[in-house]
Amino acid sequence: MLIGPLVFILLLISAIQNINGSVKGDISNPIPWIIILAIFAPIAIGLTIFGWYSWKGEYDDQEA
Amino acid sequence: MDNAGRSSTKGIGKIIAASSVGTLIEWYDFYIFGSLSTIIAQKFFPSENPTVALLSTLATFAAGFIVRPFGALVFGRIGDIIGRKYTFLLTLVLMGASTFLIGCVPSYATIGGWAPFLVLVLRLLQGLALGGEYGGAATYVAEHAPANRRGFFTSWIQTTATLGLFLSLGVILSIRRIVGVEEFTTGNGWRYPFLLSIILVIVSIFIRMRMAESPLFAQLKKEGKTSTNPLKESFGKKENFKMVLLALFGATMGQGVIWYTGQFYAQSFILTKCNIEYEQANSIILIALLIVTPFFIVFGHLSDKWGRKKIMLAGMLLGVLFYRPIFQQLYKIADTSSKTISSEQRNKAEGRVLSSVVTAFSDGTMLTTNTSQATPNEKPHIKKDIILAEPGKWKMIGLIAIMVLFVTMVYGPIAAFLVELFPTRIRYTSMSLPYHIGNGVFGGLVPFIATLITTLPGTNHLSGLWYPIGIAALCFIIGSLYLSDKKINENPN
Repeated sequence: MLIGPLVFILLLISAIQNINGSVKGDISNPIPWIIILAIFAPIAIGLTIFGWYSWKGEYDDQEA
Repeated sequence: MDNAGRSSTKGIGKIIAASSVGTLIEWYDFYIFGSLSTIIAQKFFPSENPTVALLSTLATFAAGFIVRPFGALVFGRIGDIIGRKYTFLLTLVLMGASTFLIGCVPSYATIGGWAPFLVLVLRLLQGLALGGEYGGAATYVAEHAPANRRGFFTSWIQTTATLGLFLSLGVILSIRRIVGVEEFTTGNGWRYPFLLSIILVIVSIFIRMRMAESPLFAQLKKEGKTSTNPLKESFGKKENFKMVLLALFGATMGQGVIWYTGQFYAQSFILTKCNIEYEQANSIILIALLIVTPFFIVFGHLSDKWGRKKIMLAGMLLGVLFYRPIFQQLYKIADTSSKTISSEQRNKAEGRVLSSVVTAFSDGTMLTTNTSQATPNEKPHIKKDIILAEPGKWKMIGLIAIMVLFVTMVYGPIAAFLVELFPTRIRYTSMSLPYHIGNGVFGGLVPFIATLITTLPGTNHLSGLWYPIGIAALCFIIGSLYLSDKKINENPN
């Protein structure tokens, strides 16, 4: 449940550091970072929901 | 007990062949773009910086992958309302047309800014089409197969992605040899693999037109029990949505990164980090794929006996544990800094090439180092091409074959696994989305994110692997805890 938002926050921090950073190059191009953040935002939400469901025991009947 | 309305295994060979041919062509169409990404970068993306151009193309490549989940939703919905057969005729036509047109777009030098725009739009259409194809093909075959052999029969569909890559590399290498390297890379020779696709697609359309609808879906439709809103049923109801999430985070996310790392990232690594000469690098990949492809069927079959979960998770765990040592070995095989030089020949400078040095090493490896400069003001560009001797080449083939074996473990059973999670009435929609997010987003972005990681300060040639290793490890943990081999109730209500 916590991994989703944690990964997204880490990506956001990396994006801010690299776009504004002193190291110039492809890593400081905002476009790839915008793409990655836009894609991983709903995935992070999905991972959070998955964590919530598993914490609530929704998958208990699945376990082998 | 078999489902009512499902045929016996008689005739299933034709069904698998008809589904697989079209799926294979679609994978071919999709992969020729990735395989030719460097040439496409030069032709369509206006930048003198080759890394920026490559990243721009990878972004376009990634756009094709990112759009796949949307294709899964659009065509999954159509497939669950109207039927499997007509939906994946539609995806085939869309893919074939966009691939053919990519081969027709004039370069940036001819039409300026329209060139990259058109290529991007066509690439997005390819991604949409592929997003609808796989779910339909896997569902179609699974709904003809008996439950106790579903893994075996659907694993034939699972070979098509790798065979599509194999076909794309084979066609590219062949055309490159026929027209010559110069014409292929700087002329129009690169267009031929795209244009060739239209012939392959027409044949596939002809084959698919003669196929009957899936018997399970046909029965559902006859009884008036098809879904009127498969998107809402798939993702709006918790009972199904939670299974979509489990399929993604416990299976397809890890499967996607293993798939791409073992094939595409391996290809990119030996080309760009090991500097293996283009033709030899792709031959190495082709031979490894050829040797290991039958194992898709083996593991699909074994999953019918042992269960899908343990085989898929074993493949992920092996990737997590062995990717770094394997890639390090690949690097070491090509690393000429530790080899003994037996001779060196300097060739005369010609045109843009300022110097050309051919170095032979005692183990039979050959290194060609060309320094070129497009204009006097530009920084000289150094290009290395290594051709390995036979022992080194076969070691590399062996290492890549091991990684492709991991791919067959995670991918062979997964079609049957996904089909068994969801009811017939929303199967196409429900299984397509996690599959294309796992493969399209997590897997398809492996080369892009790994390249991005290696541009960070302090990283080395292996640092890009942390992305697929991390994702596969997380998926392994989630899958171990929550996946099971329980199947959805087969009654199509």
